[in-house]
Amino acid sequence: MHISANPQLRFRDLTLGYERHPAVHHLSGDVECGALLAICGPNGAGKSTLMKAISGALKPLHGSIERGGLDPRDIAYLPQSAEIDRSFPISVYDMVAMGLWRRAGLFGGIGKADRARVGEAVAAVGLEGFEKRPIGTLSGGQMQRTLFARLLLQDARLILLDEPFTALDAKTMSDLLDLVRRWHGEKRTVLAVLHDFELVRAHFPQTLLMARTAVAWGPTAEALAPENLLKARRMGEAWDDGAAVCGEAA
Amino acid sequence: MTPYEALIAPFAEFEFMRRALVGVFALSLGAGPVGVFLMLRRMSLTGDAMAHAILPGAAIGFLVAGLDLTAMTIGGLAAGVLVAVGAGVVARATEIKEDASMAAFYLVSLALGVMIVSMKGSNVDLLHVLFGTVLGLDDPTLLLVAGIATVTLVTLAFIWRPLVLECVDPSFLASVSRSGGVSHIIFLALVVMNLVGGFHALGTLLSVGLMMLPAATARFWVRDLTALAVVATSIAFVSGIVGLLISYHVGAPSGPAIILVAGAGYAVSVIFGPAGGVLSRVLPRRHLEA
Repeated sequence: MHISANPQLRFRDLTLGYERHPAVHHLSGDVECGALLAICGPNGAGKSTLMKAISGALKPLHGSIERGGLDPRDIAYLPQSAEIDRSFPISVYDMVAMGLWRRAGLFGGIGKADRARVGEAVAAVGLEGFEKRPIGTLSGGQMQRTLFARLLLQDARLILLDEPFTALDAKTMSDLLDLVRRWHGEKRTVLAVLHDFELVRAHFPQTLLMARTAVAWGPTAEALAPENLLKARRMGEAWDDGAAVCGEAA
Repeated sequence: MTPYEALIAPFAEFEFMRRALVGVFALSLGAGPVGVFLMLRRMSLTGDAMAHAILPGAAIGFLVAGLDLTAMTIGGLAAGVLVAVGAGVVARATEIKEDASMAAFYLVSLALGVMIVSMKGSNVDLLHVLFGTVLGLDDPTLLLVAGIATVTLVTLAFIWRPLVLECVDPSFLASVSRSGGVSHIIFLALVVMNLVGGFHALGTLLSVGLMMLPAATARFWVRDLTALAVVATSIAFVSGIVGLLISYHVGAPSGPAIILVAGAGYAVSVIFGPAGGVLSRVLPRRHLEA
């Protein structure tokens, strides 16, 4: 269990799941304000489920999540496979400008300053010149850059990234990783689900290794030690139709 | 026949033609943009289902008060909202998807409507409800249709942003705002309202035609959202004018004539439309440098 004096997130005996089957089981611990935390673990370990719950899209079956006073809607969340309708006739510019929702809302105007910020965000992800392109014409990497530009505009204290670098080339990945480092430098809290241990070791100071519950949580080098990885693999996925009701003390 | 006789005289000489013209104009203003959003949300057939669903409401209104505008409008609105909300609630509260629950609701509703009309009315009444009377629009009906168009355009302006976001990236909208569900329900209400407005002129079955055919046609000519709404509205109106003229000169029923003209426009666009039509795909054109 990982304790912090100044937590952005605090999990208390958190159990998450679908139809009473737990995907995350009795997880407790803190994520410090300004942490850059990688979340690793085998498929079915509950990583995405945890992200979903932090974002407020999934209610805990048991236990709780404290978000350090943040409203779930103030959290920027990039899901693993966003349900984006790529055939919808909307431009890169408008897609990025959605990041302004929290300030502009339903009717708020998008003024000169806001347009400048959209322009900066588009430039920061290297998509200058693509502003008017419909999103349907973008490559996978360009689409991910667009979504990162939107995250930039959301200007959130807490940013959740679920496998943000899957299927990206090295150049795109390093560009987007620069943004993650920039957020870390700005003292934002960033959680990223990742499978590439080399990447995690190189860029993420903290790691939560999980297999339904925390296997290891702390400095990356220790968390990703070989014995922990082996343990995580053994604890793997378990959905048992005949599972008994969990008797662990609540 | 001079062009004046062919195109202008029918409207200049006959008041019922002028009324029909105003009616289809008002209908086009509301149905055009609503149809575009239905299409973009992959809900084209939902419009059709809703059109069937309002039948029993209109029939009960007819049963209570005869061919009365108010009763049939209220009945149609109530039935449409009941089916839309009922299907939505079942879809969200159970594991059944929205299209399946919508199908279940509208089929029951349609059967109920046909049963009521055929047990209590004559076949002429059934024809009226099913196919409308665009050439017999009286003042209150015109005001109703124009009012619905006005409410539709103003409401769309208010819910435009969440509606677009809900189409493109619903999970993002849900993560920053709770307006997604509300705007969805308001949008369904607009669909029902426009169908009810349409059924006085075109009948329950054909009113959805003025909504979906222009939207699908517009998609072959433009790609931008605003342009889609404008082009769809224009196509609906032009189909209305041409359909009315054909019906006048040939003596064909006007409602089907309007929808068939829209259908012909669709067929032409499928072949010649520059935005993904058949010819634009098969004609060999040199590829670009970048």
